[in-house]
Amino acid sequence: MPRSCDTLSAPSCPDLDAILARHPAHPRYLLAALQDIQAAFRHIPREAMVRVAAHMGIPESRVYGVATFYKALSLVPKGRKTVKVCMGTACHLRGAPGVLEALENALGIAPGDTTEDGAFSLETVNCLGACALAPVVMVEDTPYGAMTPARVASMLEKERDHAV
Amino acid sequence: MRFENLEDLEHRRRELEARRAEGARVRICAGTGCLAGGSAHVKAAFETEAARRGLTLGVDFRAETTGCHGFCEEGPLVVVEPGGILYRRVQPGDVAEILESTVLGGIPVERLLYRDASGKVCLSEKETPFYAGQDRQVLHRCGHIDPKEIDDYIRTGGYRALGTALSMEPEEVVRTVVASGLRGRGGGGFPTGAKWESCRRASGTHRFVIANGDEGDPGAFMDRSLMEGDPHSVLEGMLIGAHAVGARKGFLYVRAEYPLAVEHLGRAIAQARERGLLGRNILGSGMDFDLEICRGGGAFVCGESSALMASIEGRAGEPRVKYIRSTERGLWNCPTVLNNVETWANVPLVLLRGEKAYRSKGTSGSPGTKVFSLVGKVRHSGLVEVPMGTSLREIVFGLGGGVLGRGRFKAVQTGGPSGGCLPEEKLDLPVDFDRLVEEGSMMGSGGMIVMDQRTCMVDVARYFIGFLAEESCGKCVPCREGLQAILAILRDLTEGRGRPGDARRLEEMGRALSDTALCALGQTAANPVLSTLRFFSEEYREHEENHFCRAGVCRGLYVSRIARESCVGCGACKRTCPTGAISGETKKVHSVDPTSCIGCGACLDTCAFGALAAAPREGTTR
Ligand SMILES: Cc1cc2nc3c(=O)[nH]c(=O)nc-3n(C[C@H](O)[C@H](O)[C@H](O)COP(=O)(O)O)c2cc1C
Ligand code: FES
Ligand code: FES
Repeated sequence: MPRSCDTLSAPSCPDLDAILARHPAHPRYLLAALQDIQAAFRHIPREAMVRVAAHMGIPESRVYGVATFYKALSLVPKGRKTVKVCMGTACHLRGAPGVLEALENALGIAPGDTTEDGAFSLETVNCLGACALAPVVMVEDTPYGAMTPARVASMLEKERDHAV
Repeated sequence: MRFENLEDLEHRRRELEARRAEGARVRICAGTGCLAGGSAHVKAAFETEAARRGLTLGVDFRAETTGCHGFCEEGPLVVVEPGGILYRRVQPGDVAEILESTVLGGIPVERLLYRDASGKVCLSEKETPFYAGQDRQVLHRCGHIDPKEIDDYIRTGGYRALGTALSMEPEEVVRTVVASGLRGRGGGGFPTGAKWESCRRASGTHRFVIANGDEGDPGAFMDRSLMEGDPHSVLEGMLIGAHAVGARKGFLYVRAEYPLAVEHLGRAIAQARERGLLGRNILGSGMDFDLEICRGGGAFVCGESSALMASIEGRAGEPRVKYIRSTERGLWNCPTVLNNVETWANVPLVLLRGEKAYRSKGTSGSPGTKVFSLVGKVRHSGLVEVPMGTSLREIVFGLGGGVLGRGRFKAVQTGGPSGGCLPEEKLDLPVDFDRLVEEGSMMGSGGMIVMDQRTCMVDVARYFIGFLAEESCGKCVPCREGLQAILAILRDLTEGRGRPGDARRLEEMGRALSDTALCALGQTAANPVLSTLRFFSEEYREHEENHFCRAGVCRGLYVSRIARESCVGCGACKRTCPTGAISGETKKVHSVDPTSCIGCGACLDTCAFGALAAAPREGTTR
């Protein structure tokens, strides 16, 4: 998958038309359509916002408003894998701040940013619902329980191999 | 196969029951916690081991995957029936032995059994204190059925309550729910029957029912386990509600971080449609109803009712003022009933057993049972279900096994980010909707977070206010600006810039915020500050006057000190110290040089003998 598509017509780009076709032309499907676009493109490209607005018959400002309100949506491209560090209460108490710090150091980025090679984005979330395993880190859909700063390096190594 | 009427459903249930072979079966937990521990590999190992022995799965024994059993801390869990023999921390390598000894030979594998705090071996769930003290009503199927199979749900009596409801007039269903005293499990405790009644009476051509599966409170996963482990119970509750209020369409709003819940609910909806339990003329009653899933976008405020509806409508999830009731003008301005996932899962129980039986559990003001997620510094993290009115002590110490490791209990936090913290002396309070509010906390949706002496209460307040400041939608000024101002003071306190009078300023701002904010997020946002100030004012005073954090959490606000009498000279702390501040010879008492100790806390948790503690820096104590 390309890291970013500057022009949506590039042949390597996911098919925006196909995504739009899955969602009826009613504003009610706006969030769902944007979620699908986010999943396919790893962000919401500007051109896609324009196209969604036209498809649903709503002002572009409304699409922009929704795209910037929800945390699951991003206007800048995300890495191939997203590392979500749980900062929920249970994880906070069992040492999540230390795990986050170790990840920041290992990746050289702050939460919300993406590594230069586009391999990882770092994010914090509030509870992944697996609190018994606190502190929890989730890479894409794979949860890592009982995390420690010391285990960060091996986790990234494992995930990096998959990424290639 | 489509059920044309109630008899079809009942016929199918009897058929499934009769077909169900006696004999051995293993229940493998495939809840999120156990999956993270590798339970999918355990399931696969059962399949390969069976094949290796020439056994046929489903004939010689059955290996079934279920939703969360609740005892997540000890996962991956495997239970062998008959007998309910409970194995914990099972790895694929253990499977051959389980199969050989227990499934085929009936002999338990002792090393995989759970031991309680006194070291006693517990053979089955019934003998394990974590389960023995529970009363699993809403969760009775979770961990026992395969949530991906509608037949499992039907076989265990599923959709019977819908049959009962469809044989009643809608008004009668509403009356039953009113009489049951069922109150909303989403946190507010609003009477569910009254909500339905109001929606029923409101005028409008279209009506909607919605399940709130946004579960935004960090540290809470009750709704997640229900949606993943028994999705049809939520569907059935919504069908009954739809019949009662006259809705033809419903929505399930599910949190962005819950992919497995979305998957299981999606399957459940598809299977219910195939069987004619969703769609047109349900069970021949003339009722039409269908359901749709909406995935949340990752915003805490979207758990609030009006914000959630805005989100379903495809707009940014901002709340609106409350004088318009959503039961009258909710989704697309139509009468709407919004209930929490666990509330919906209670509805079939009410219908099936009748209001009297339902009321026989719990307290008179808060009937029924409640699911809690017990997390934090507790020995057994997990999900528990107990009658309303059970004491905090029973939940934290009886079921949860008390504080993790060597820790001492300090507080239990309930009610989510805008809840409160209660200290040891309040542990005998019965937990229900009303009692905890009297003490400045609230029961909330059921998250229960245990804190020990290594938890700083000022840091906890900072944590929650930081959370709420981030999640504030920004529509009203008191919440947007007030939370930032409160957060700034809390940051100062935890970073060594505390000033005398900070606690008083916090209290004033907190009260002003509660009085003026637009929605419940802002109105309750000061609770974490106000409740910690109420019970832990000493810690605030130490932070503001002495720049001292007794818990050893706030960086630089303490130095480590070694208690001579407890130190055995093992050197563990010395090795972790990043600045070389700890010295001492092996097997001799060690000491910390306070001038090089930076107060990072690295050593505090390494001591197995409890010899290290946080002490004030020289010259900071007055
Ligand atoms: C900021 C905020 C967040 C909320 N989050 C949730 C939530 O995640 N889940 C939930 O069921 N209710 C949540 N609520 C409560 C809902 O507004 C609503 O009262 C509830 O879903 C109604 O269902 P019930 O009567 O069955 O409890 C939240 C309320 C507020 C103010
Ligand atoms: S608090 Fe981290 S998973 Fe719940
Ligand atoms: S996930 Fe297995 S017990 Fe909770």
